[in-house]
Formats: sequence, structure tokens, C-alpha cells
Amino acid sequence: MSQSPVSHSTPTSLIATDGFQLHEDDRRAILVERDHYEQPQAACIEALKIVQKRHGWVPDGAIVAIADTLGIGPGAVAGVATFYSLIFRQPVGRHVILLCDSSSCFLTGYEELSAALSERLGISFGQTTKDGRFTLLPVCCLGACDRGPALMIGEDTFGPLAASDLDELLEAYP
Amino acid sequence: MTVIPNNSRLRYRCQLRQNADERRANTHPLTWRMHDDGTRVGFEEYCAKDGYQSIKHTLTQRTRADIIDTMKQANVRGRGGGGFSAGVKWSLTQVGDHLPRGYLICNADEMEPGTFKDRLLLEQLPHLLIEGMIIAGYANNSRYGYIFLRGEYVEAARSVALAIEEARQAGLLGDNIAGSGFDFNIALHTGAGRYICGEETALINSLEGKRANPRAKPPFPGQSGAWGKPTVVNNVETLCNVPAVMQHGADWYLGLSGGRSTDSGTKLYGASGLVERPGLWELPIGTSGQEILDRAGGMREGHTLKAWLPGGGSTSFLLPEHLELPMDFDTIGKHGSRMGTGLIAVVSHRQSMVSLLRNLEQFFARESCGWCTPCRDGLPWTAKILQALEHGEGKPEYIDILEQHTLGLNSPRTFCAHAPGAMMPLESALKLFRAEFEAGIASTSLEGVN
Repeated sequence: MSQSPVSHSTPTSLIATDGFQLHEDDRRAILVERDHYEQPQAACIEALKIVQKRHGWVPDGAIVAIADTLGIGPGAVAGVATFYSLIFRQPVGRHVILLCDSSSCFLTGYEELSAALSERLGISFGQTTKDGRFTLLPVCCLGACDRGPALMIGEDTFGPLAASDLDELLEAYP
Repeated sequence: MTVIPNNSRLRYRCQLRQNADERRANTHPLTWRMHDDGTRVGFEEYCAKDGYQSIKHTLTQRTRADIIDTMKQANVRGRGGGGFSAGVKWSLTQVGDHLPRGYLICNADEMEPGTFKDRLLLEQLPHLLIEGMIIAGYANNSRYGYIFLRGEYVEAARSVALAIEEARQAGLLGDNIAGSGFDFNIALHTGAGRYICGEETALINSLEGKRANPRAKPPFPGQSGAWGKPTVVNNVETLCNVPAVMQHGADWYLGLSGGRSTDSGTKLYGASGLVERPGLWELPIGTSGQEILDRAGGMREGHTLKAWLPGGGSTSFLLPEHLELPMDFDTIGKHGSRMGTGLIAVVSHRQSMVSLLRNLEQFFARESCGWCTPCRDGLPWTAKILQALEHGEGKPEYIDILEQHTLGLNSPRTFCAHAPGAMMPLESALKLFRAEFEAGIASTSLEGVN
């Protein structure tokens, strides 16, 4: 191991960058976020979300690019990126389905809906359909308990849903 | 390609189940301004309905100590589930000389299973929260406020971001608010998932851009929180109570329960599960579980009430006989549970308790931050045992192992309240419905194969 002092500008050797280029608009947006906080690291979750919004997920190179933009170590960004369930460190489908599996949905038909959805898509949790259209993930109580079972597709929340609603619903997300 | 229309029956819409004629300014401080159709109350309408009226007077005529005294006298207790006195929490920021100006954080990371109340306030009446935050920010000498909102609340994010901008343009946020000399800004911070972010010290770590592991207390956030500065973390509903308390006073607030409870104010109560009309209602604190269930139209046809969770997945099960109790922090606490968030979830007689507990403990296992061993290792073990019992594959010792977990995963053996919260429904279910768990022990192992 090198004994050189920790540098924030060239910590990239251990993480592949894959030629990732941070989009200029994203870089600017990250710097705007940075100014909302006392220290730059606070903006790293939002920075990950900004990158993810453009690319669908967060490739390794983005970790380094975000770290460099914020002037913090890439380990800090990588540690955060793997902690939060809505930051995706591998490619996902065009539409991410977040299926609520918490108690109120469980009490009102989650298991039936979940089985029907998995069968309809041919995937289980954590998987993406072969055509790259949907990724299916479980999510913490969506706060839609008065209309469970509920799920989100992208930014839209739906509920209560029966298995028979799935055709109509999924058709709207090509 | 078809698009799901905005008025489609499939789309989720958050709605209060009380009409405007029931909601009055002097009895329903949280919801009286809301519309029956659930549309958002904008800035001008909020102002026309007495909104931001308390700001100028409070910021220019009242001292910080005086405001905190009023909060203590009114006995405003934390609506996020803890029930801790907001006034006492605020008073921590007054202790010591030459404290730097700190932070006010609104905990809008609503993820407690069965809880959907903050969503209503955030989507439909965001200015009530902003007004409450300005007063709380002033009382706590905060230089900046953050609304820590869960990322999935997309509609709430739009509503709150617009409200912040409207308030800024009206001079209610920024420098020298309403000519008071007080400077205060609010930023919206949206999260990226994980239930543990609702724990206030984990939330502070998350706000700082770190993994959401909880912090040791003391120091309490009121003394040393975000970036080491005095920090107050309050739930959305708690902060939404503040404007009316300042406007009408502590005595008025104390009287809102109408003698039902020693607690004060109103509460956003709700019901979910297999009830006829699940929903939300603003009712005097201390309203009985029975009245909440009645407002929800009772159990769905063909279902009988077997048990209920009074306020989230991390509260203990109660029985039908407990429905007569006033729903307040002390009473529900005395009966071995917690009021928690006050949104009840009912369990039908047809529901297997073992399956429900398996679902709950899988949730808590997944959402453990992994920081301390009892929680990280104990919760998945609990979930696996429950899964085996659910499939009739349990071993005779499994019930004992579960009971050991309810001790080992409890205070003070864990770093935060996550695992102890997870043990509340388990411990109570083992006590109340033990036979269901025993029925999951495989008959072969009962014959002495071991």
C-alpha cells in the first residue's frame, strides 16, 4: 500500500471508471445540492439519485465522478450507494415496480397480487424481465394502507389492486 | 400505448374520510382547511383561512423560552410514535451558553407499516407544516430547516417544494422573516429508501450523506445533532400542531380531548386491514379504538376481529376487548402496547398469526441497518423460525428460541429501538396466540425424532 497522503482528486485506481462521463447538467445540479448543506457529503445521496435519473442505475464510474465533484472519497459514496434500497447498483428495467409487502397490504391481499405479478412478468423480486421492461422490487410500507394492496410503477402509486387489474395497469408502461 | 388516467380507479389517492361540515377550526386544527375532494390547499387559500397568522406575533413578541413553555404546558407529544414531549425536546436546545445556531429537521420519512397520515398533511396542506417549522425553527434558534421526505412520496415532494417556494416569495422564509430579524430557510431532502431512516439519529446520519446507522445517545440531538449542532427532529404531525397551539394557547389545546384523555390535542387516527371503509380521521386524542373501527364501518363481511395493532408494525397486538380503551400514549402503554402512530391495523379471524408475524419479522430483518449483532443476526433467525412454523416444519424448541429472542433483541441489548420494536408484535402474539405457533411444530419432531 502506498503511504502517500489521502488525496480526493486521484483515488480512482481501485474502482473501474468504465469511461463514465458525468453529464454537465448533472454536475451542475449536484453542486446546487451541495450548497444546501454544511458539508458536501450530505449531497451524495441526491447526487446518486441525479445520476440514476439519467442512466437508470449507478455504474461504478459514477461513484468516482460524484466523489470527485463533491471533493469526498469514493468509499463514502460507494458505502452510501449500497446502503439505500432505492439506489440501484446494477442495471434495471425501464420501469421499476415497487411492490409494498408490509403488514396492511399483507392483510389485504399482497400474497395473491405478488404471485400474479411474478407469474405475469415471469420474474421474482430483484429480477428484470428479459425484454428489459420491468424490474420487480419489494418496498417498505408505501403509506397507502387505506387502499392496499398497493404498488408503485416509476413515480405512480396504485391501489387497491386485484390480480385482474394487472393487464390494464402494465399495458400503460411499454 | 395506453396511459392510466388521473381519475382511474387504479390510482392511489390519499383522502380524509371526514366532510368539511364536521371539521371546524376550533376542533380540527390539523384538517379544517382541507378540501373534501382531497385537492391541495395553496398559499393564498391557506392565508385566507387564517394561515401564517401566528408568525409575525410569535417571531416579534414572544421569546424562545416563552414558546417552549407554551409547548410544554400544552403537553404536545411526539406524533411520530414516541409520544415524547415536544416542549421538553425543544428545551434541550436552550441548555448551555453560546450554542451555535442549529438545525430543525422534519421527519417526513413515513414508513411504519400501517401508517399513512403524514402523507395527507404533506400532499394537501403543506403550508401548515411550513408555518409550524418556522415557529419551531425560531424557538430552537435553528438556522436551517430540512424536510426529510421519503423518496417514494412523489406527490408530497411536489406539494412541499411548491409550498417552500411560495413561502419564500412571500417573505416567510429567508432573511428577516416578517420584519422580525429572524433568518430561516427550509430545504426539501428526499430519501432513497430504508425504514431505519425514521430513527432520529439514523435520520441525521442520512441527512449528512452517510449510511443510516443510528448514533449513540447521549449526546442527544438537541445538544449535538446534524454536523454537531443543536438539532431538533420532529414528526410532520407534531409540527403541524404548533401553529394552532401558538394561536389559541395551551388551555385550548388541553381541552381538545374533551376529557377523554390526559393527553391533549387531536390525533390523525386511521384504520387499515379488512375493514369496510379504511381511512383517516382527525379526532380528539383519547378516542376509543371502537369509535375508529366504527368510523371504518367495522370489519368486512365474513370477517371477525381477532386482534389489532394500535399504531404500526412495532406495536404489540391488542385484543377486541381493548377496543374500549382511549387511544392515547399512557393508556395503550399501560396495557402492554404503544399507541405508536395511532393508525390501527385489524386482523381478521381468518388470518394466521404465524404468517402475519413471519411477514412482520421479514420486514424488520430486511430493514435492520446491520450495525449491532443482535438485530442483524437475530431478526433473520426469527423470520426463518417463523417461516418454518408457518409451513408446519417447526421443531419443538422453536417457541423457546422465539421467546429468547424477545429478550435478547430487547433493550438494552440493542443499539437502537429497531429490534425492540420488532419484538413487540412477536412477544404479544406468542402470549395471546401461542397455540397457533405450537401448531406449526412438525408432528414428526413431536414424536421424539430428536
